[in-house]
Amino acid sequence: MIVLSSGDLEAIGLHGEASYPEECCGFLIGRAEASSTVVERVLAVENEREDSRHNRFLIAPETVLAAHKEARSAGLDVVGYYHSHPDHPARPSEFDREHAWPGLSYVIVSVQGGKVAEARSWRLADDRERFEEEAMLQKDIGQKEAV
Amino acid sequence: MSVTIHIPTPLRRFTSEQGEVQVEGATVGEAMQDLTRRFPSLQRHLFTDEGALRSFVNLFLNDEDVRHLQKEGTPLSSGDTLSIIPSIAGGVSALETAARAVAEELPDLSPAEIRHYSRHLILPEVGTLGQKKLKAAKVLAIGAGGLGSPVGLYLAAAGVGTLGMVDFDVVDESNLHRQVLFGRASVGKPKIQAATERLRDINPHINIVPHETRLDSSNALDLFRDYDIVVDGTDNFPTRYLVNDACVLLGKPNVYGSIFRFEGQVSVFWGARGPCYRCLFPEPPPPGLVPSCAEGGVLGVLPGIIGSLQANEVIKLIVGAGDPLIGRLVLFDALKLKFRELKLRKNPDCPICSEHPTQTELIDYQQFCGIDPREDTVEKDFEMSVAELKKWRDEGREHILLDVRNPPEWEIGRIEGAQLIPLGELQDRLGEIDPAATIVAHCHHGARSAQAVRFLRQMGFSRAINLAGGIDAWSEEVDPSVPRY
Repeated sequence: MIVLSSGDLEAIGLHGEASYPEECCGFLIGRAEASSTVVERVLAVENEREDSRHNRFLIAPETVLAAHKEARSAGLDVVGYYHSHPDHPARPSEFDREHAWPGLSYVIVSVQGGKVAEARSWRLADDRERFEEEAMLQKDIGQKEAV
Repeated sequence: MSVTIHIPTPLRRFTSEQGEVQVEGATVGEAMQDLTRRFPSLQRHLFTDEGALRSFVNLFLNDEDVRHLQKEGTPLSSGDTLSIIPSIAGGVSALETAARAVAEELPDLSPAEIRHYSRHLILPEVGTLGQKKLKAAKVLAIGAGGLGSPVGLYLAAAGVGTLGMVDFDVVDESNLHRQVLFGRASVGKPKIQAATERLRDINPHINIVPHETRLDSSNALDLFRDYDIVVDGTDNFPTRYLVNDACVLLGKPNVYGSIFRFEGQVSVFWGARGPCYRCLFPEPPPPGLVPSCAEGGVLGVLPGIIGSLQANEVIKLIVGAGDPLIGRLVLFDALKLKFRELKLRKNPDCPICSEHPTQTELIDYQQFCGIDPREDTVEKDFEMSVAELKKWRDEGREHILLDVRNPPEWEIGRIEGAQLIPLGELQDRLGEIDPAATIVAHCHHGARSAQAVRFLRQMGFSRAINLAGGIDAWSEEVDPSVPRY
């Protein structure tokens, strides 16, 4: 299970909409707990691909290092990544599978025609054969419903 | 040399939760080997099945990317620190429906299908998931000939849910020695019609889509668009380049096979993941240099072997099992019974599949392959009919009848009085021909002898004439005692 605030989820969606029709991407920073991953904040980064930006994204290792340092300085960890699928479902692609590690959360937001359709979170199975969906819980959902 | 490797958080559960591991090694590569020896379950997350470091995994030696040093050969000193850092990559590919890792939208199998595919279902590498992927897959076979026969038969039998076939030809008796899709009852029928009937009989659970059309630049993209994988079973260079280019433009894998006499080739060309046919062969051979199977002959069982290998690659791509033949070319020699494998590299300057292509649409492939349609409209005295030749012979007009076929064809049958000089030997044996004589050249159907006449005229044999329709027309119209083949 992944837990994040509605504000962070909204930020991911807005990043996806602003980047449409290209893909966006960023880091999920928080804590990996025994039975869940708790996201404390999200960190948007530039897609560093120079080509095929509508269906590919890349974050260079130097940027990853910097994000890890930033997370550690706040006593947190990089617990996963998010990216958008413009005009595609919020499901991991084969390419995603080949470029993933287990133990991390991969949040995918589907942006259809420039608007967020849905967000889902996935984790790679240890045998690398498939992604398994994980439940996504918004920690302040009650608050939001009250508005 | 003892060095420290920093293990990133998500991989620590494969290292007993250790964030730092001490390993031994004189180079980065040796240190990584020692690491995966100590923690074997790390292997698959860091390296591909072929043993190469995964493309998104980066190694930093004391904060310097080893790619900027000596890569995996970078020497280590005691006390060095290696960090494993992922670069994050991902994204959608609309072309992966067949290989999609997530099974939720795959079709169910009926009890009858489960019975049909039971020997697949009990294979762990295929299983129910793989069989459902096969059912969801759409494969287009180009050509229902020697290669298309095993490709069609095995893919239909294996349960590829949508199987398209393109061909415009009619079944001929000379097809039956290798095109095992067809039997005697099919002779004279359109291949597509006969193939569809046969494949439906093999597997009624799948959708066979007949395309009775000649593939060309105007229809290829529209035809390919609806399929996940294209299988190249063509017998000529213009179509082979057309299939390659259309696949690259659409990002689809092209499962390639070709055969000639006793030798075959197989590969998977997939511009999105590896080299394409043009990376291997940027230019077609000059027209006429490589004879077709109709001219050069082919061992009947050869397309059975090569086409079966193609079907095997298609199934692997769909199911996601094993190592696909991307970036590898397999050469098969039926006489020596030897397989050889060549590694193929993507050409960084490939005009169609490189990062900066110079060709972004389909072109005229007849022209690209140097086949000029104007060559067919030749001067009047260039060729003569078999009826005219008969008349010449009856009248006793003097001429040399030159047979440019190969000796095995000569053994099947010949026109009385002909002189045999195979096309390939013509250049060396010109001295055997009287330059002042009238020469009537013939082959099987008239194509090779047309080349011979063009060559002879260039060499000063101005009275060389081609026999239109070749020995086949002679047999049909003049002398039925000459066997047709």
